[in-house]
Amino acid sequence: MSKVLKNLKYASSHEWIKVEGNVGIIGISDYAQDSLGNIVFLDVPEVGDVFNKGDEFGVLESVKAASDLYLPVGGEVIDVNLELVDSPELLNESAYDNWILKISIADLSELDDLLTAEEYEAETK
Amino acid sequence: MKKTILYDEHVKRGGSIVEFGGYLMPIQYQGIPFEHDAVRNNLGVFDCSHMGEILIEGRDALLFADYIVTSNIGELNDMRMLYGFILYPDGGIVDDLMVYKYNSEKILLVVNAANTIKDYKYIISKFHNMKFNCTVTNVSATMSQLALQGPKAADYLQNLVDINLDDMIMYDFLEMKINNIIFLVSRSGYTGEDGFEIYGSNNDILELFIKLADDGVTLCGLGARDTLRFEAGLPLYGHEISESINPLESGLSFALAFEKDFFGKDVLLEIKKNKLKRKEVGLELIGRGIPRNGYLIYKNNKEIGYVTTGYMIPNTKNSYAVALIDNAYYEKNGIVEVLIHNKHVQARIRSKRFITNKYKK
Repeated sequence: MSKVLKNLKYASSHEWIKVEGNVGIIGISDYAQDSLGNIVFLDVPEVGDVFNKGDEFGVLESVKAASDLYLPVGGEVIDVNLELVDSPELLNESAYDNWILKISIADLSELDDLLTAEEYEAETK
Repeated sequence: MKKTILYDEHVKRGGSIVEFGGYLMPIQYQGIPFEHDAVRNNLGVFDCSHMGEILIEGRDALLFADYIVTSNIGELNDMRMLYGFILYPDGGIVDDLMVYKYNSEKILLVVNAANTIKDYKYIISKFHNMKFNCTVTNVSATMSQLALQGPKAADYLQNLVDINLDDMIMYDFLEMKINNIIFLVSRSGYTGEDGFEIYGSNNDILELFIKLADDGVTLCGLGARDTLRFEAGLPLYGHEISESINPLESGLSFALAFEKDFFGKDVLLEIKKNKLKRKEVGLELIGRGIPRNGYLIYKNNKEIGYVTTGYMIPNTKNSYAVALIDNAYYEKNGIVEVLIHNKHVQARIRSKRFITNKYKK
């Protein structure tokens, strides 16, 4: 049974977002890390890159497969977790303690389209 | 979808099940990096019961096998094994296989799971009307197989058998008792490590697997089997070799015995007369990324080939690939580019063997 944290919002593509003011902290769900298996590679964008909601912003790869990462809401990248780029296997240990990037959210109303913890839990049952 | 006799054990013991070659097989148990390292440094066991076994028996068994297989079975001693190919008339590969020569009247071919029926039909329809006095039987359903692989494999198995395993070198095989049950055991494998492939009846293999698992031997899935064989430079049918990739292009001419007659020899000699159009090479990534099957290779913005298999080797940051490229662009240690997620990533041409194999000599 994969873990779902209550205070986060989720995308159907298995990213989570935590909102602090207009900053969005983004990672992948426990369900996503478990489905991927042993994660060995993470590719992230650069600070300053701007994306729309739903854009591919990076790639996460396990030994066997590559999986694209999609941005739950649009915005500008303000920080990336370089430690995680060096040690992506940390995502297998704890998907929620290891954020991938932070963005400055362009339009807070886009958060309304995301899933609540309860909805995400139901979707990944 | 077919299951091996070990299917329930795989599920019970935590294997993640996927479809492979028409079978439901474990891709992994505890994780590919864990299993990969267990085999490189210690010991692991794989269910290989999906592999196909085709038995050739009778007065002309040797003549027949030596004609349909590219490598020299005639020169091979009894109770020895050999790697070879069965070819299409155009030199493409029907399958790669291990040949077990009991004697000139009994030869066992071990073939890829997904190809078993195709191979059997091809052999029967194409060659069996040629007045060879022998029978060809697909015995796959009655045989199961385990592969016990790793530097500790011999020490572990020695405790269960009554013969001295030191007397067996790579590609020897014998019938021997393991825990008082007779199995066919060869010193061989598909990992680049020392190890054994063990064949028996379905129920005997089930009992043996339970014993190994209860003893704590690391259970390994097809995921680690693939990363291990790739790192060791061993080809996989459908990737490095196929009906459209001949053994010359894939650099496996060691298994072509041109000194004897075999089906497909003439067409390969014809192909050899001209410079080969394609060549299989190893690649070491210089930039970041993981090259995967089908990714395109470029040189000076021209597409020159594709990746047949690629991985970031488990527990390392080293990304390697085998690629089939236009031979005109081959250059020792040359730099090419792999297109990875819309980025051109530099890679250096190198040998296809990424480790030193540790076979028992």
